[in-house]
Amino acid sequence: MDIHALQQIVHKTRDARRKQTIPKFSPADRDQLIHKYHPDFRASAYRPIRFGPNEGEKTVVELATLLEGDSPIHDDLDLTPHHQTDVLIIGGGGAGCAAALHAHGAGAKTILATKLRLGDSNSVMAQGGMQVSVAPEDSPVTHFLDTLKGGHMENDHALLKVMVEEGPSIAKWLLELGVLFDRQADGNLHVKKGGGSSKPRLVTCSDYTGLEIMRVLKDEVLNQKIQLLEFAAAIELLSDDSGACTGAIFKDLDNQRHVVVAAKSVILATGGIGRLHIQGFPTSNHYGATGDGLCLSYRMGAKLAHIDTFQYHPSGAVYPEQLIGALVTEGIRSEGGQLVNAKGDRFVNELDTRDVVSSSIIRECEEGRGIRTMSGRVGVWLDTPILDAEHGAGTVEKHFPAMVLQFERFGIDISKDPVLIYPTLHYQNGGVKIDTNSETNVKNLFVAGEASGGLHGRNRLMGNSLLDLMVYGKRSGLTAAGRAGSMKQGKLTLKHLERFRAEAKQHGNVSGVISPMILPAYTRKVG
Amino acid sequence: MTTDDTQNVIDQPEVMKPRMVTIEIAGKKVDVPEGITVVKAMWYAGIDVVRGIGCLGGFCGACATYYRTKDDPKVRTCLACQTAVQDGMCFTMMPPFPARKAIYEIQKLQDPKQDLFNFYPEAPLCRNCNACTEACPQRIDVREGVWKAVFGDFKSVSEMFMDCVMCGMCTPVCIADIAPNLVALYVSRAQGAHFAEKPIGLDTRIKEIQEGRYNDEWHNVLKMNDKELAEHCATVK
Repeated sequence: MDIHALQQIVHKTRDARRKQTIPKFSPADRDQLIHKYHPDFRASAYRPIRFGPNEGEKTVVELATLLEGDSPIHDDLDLTPHHQTDVLIIGGGGAGCAAALHAHGAGAKTILATKLRLGDSNSVMAQGGMQVSVAPEDSPVTHFLDTLKGGHMENDHALLKVMVEEGPSIAKWLLELGVLFDRQADGNLHVKKGGGSSKPRLVTCSDYTGLEIMRVLKDEVLNQKIQLLEFAAAIELLSDDSGACTGAIFKDLDNQRHVVVAAKSVILATGGIGRLHIQGFPTSNHYGATGDGLCLSYRMGAKLAHIDTFQYHPSGAVYPEQLIGALVTEGIRSEGGQLVNAKGDRFVNELDTRDVVSSSIIRECEEGRGIRTMSGRVGVWLDTPILDAEHGAGTVEKHFPAMVLQFERFGIDISKDPVLIYPTLHYQNGGVKIDTNSETNVKNLFVAGEASGGLHGRNRLMGNSLLDLMVYGKRSGLTAAGRAGSMKQGKLTLKHLERFRAEAKQHGNVSGVISPMILPAYTRKVG
Repeated sequence: MTTDDTQNVIDQPEVMKPRMVTIEIAGKKVDVPEGITVVKAMWYAGIDVVRGIGCLGGFCGACATYYRTKDDPKVRTCLACQTAVQDGMCFTMMPPFPARKAIYEIQKLQDPKQDLFNFYPEAPLCRNCNACTEACPQRIDVREGVWKAVFGDFKSVSEMFMDCVMCGMCTPVCIADIAPNLVALYVSRAQGAHFAEKPIGLDTRIKEIQEGRYNDEWHNVLKMNDKELAEHCATVK
């Protein structure tokens, strides 16, 4: 049977499903479902970290191994700096660009270093929107409560309060830079409702929100002539006698040479870890999402938070083979797209939180109600044509041009045929623990965006990431810049590395790997 | 997976054991499985790719690639992460094109529509050849966009170029040396910063926050213990 024949069940059951209301799970059922099916609860995928600031805490094996990994830097490396700056930003995505623009705007000498090109990041792929409480019936407090509920009540209250309160002014900043958010007829920002949110709160730029924001931020970084180091992978941080961060060492990916940058403060904005493919999951993340910032800051002694919890976006493409792992935006479910199993039945309220929806999809597939593709992958249907049926012909095309184009390239018209989806590794809920200025417990080491942890608790709500990285990108940039004028450049040493290596030795150097990973090893060894 | 779902297996053994095709990567012939993307074909051939890879999802424009298919002399353009290989295809990745980006302070522009001619004086020289539109992997009517920009229809340009991934493939083909993607980026930003309506609701909300309208509510919420807070969260509908 081919995939088109299997799709018929979705078309046949559509009219009956349109009239159906699926209630959300009760708290008890939610918990049971998540404990049984969510990948975060697969005990075999986890192990305790053997040493360092989070000694004894559990995380996924892939990450634990990298955190315990050794640095590629030898003790005798010449630390004479090639560059000297006030603020060094590592990472060229949304958080890095926001940090750079604010640090530079505050008068600090700023260098932005990134492993690939400026802008290459998960931020550019964000489709669903950015949560900002602008609707009259909404408020920052409601945004706070929704996020807390979504995060299983474990979000850092102080971080979260700052984020929701600064959301509207961040949206204004972006508008002033020329970001084209969708509008209502009266000129106000158009807001959509996202999974787990009680009010419509997602500001969007069609389904290209991240792309539009990043086009503008990148352009602005270039306009401001902020010094860039591209194709420069951070491989070690530098510390002075007191343990404060004083710069970083990079590997120039073109010529493999080391580049030493002395900085009064360092802002890590290195993003997430999707490309580690934890538990064998496909990922929606960009090529460089290998968790480098976590390894670097861990060796410096920075404490991590919530690194046992990851977000599996419910709808990653399973078919065609070329799109495996790619996101099918949650916006489709927000507008009424239904999840349908191989029998033609709905099985979850599509607007429940991401962890609940993902767990339900995994349950359907594990219990044999999934659809297997020709390459052996399993998924469930996302009924996309229902949007045109509900809201009129052309709705899919108008609201989701990016998705339409992405599938059309492979001969699939998502306004006519449903797409096959399965959870894809999407986001690292935790990361390096920060305070409300984005600073870690290591002095002068800041972390912003996905690499930071605490804000989202154990589960991130859709649209809160774009806001997180803008707010904490800004705060890290301003704090680091504000400090630069009154402080001296610290001594460049590798003392933290000596300490880390001594500790690793005590534990038998168990990891046996060099970290950070820098890029995933996809290249086939030929011959 | 349980075993009773075998009825759902799509029975196409050739996909489980893929058919190999011969392609040519930057002049070198290699055999790769049919249907994988251009980027995956390079990995399969043992080629490390650092420049030319970004999001792998069709959004960042890093993997601009020229290709030709069997028996067709036309050289086409694509995003390598979004294009499947086929037998006889040959391709090579495009290095970043040395286009000139204008430097501007977007908020300080006095007359953004006139300023376009200062920043990109070549923009009005479009000779209507349409090569840019043919080169666009996002199917934007680039030529039309350049014309609209020049005639001051900034709103249409900003809508047309919402899909632009800044791959830059429109630029090297332009016989008038225009960089249409950069022109469109300037125009879109100018549209947003200068010609879009100011959202009143947003300003109202910012003012409310600054004036402490939510302070009492914050005070109540933040003093709650975990149990009270969980109960309060549950009441939000």
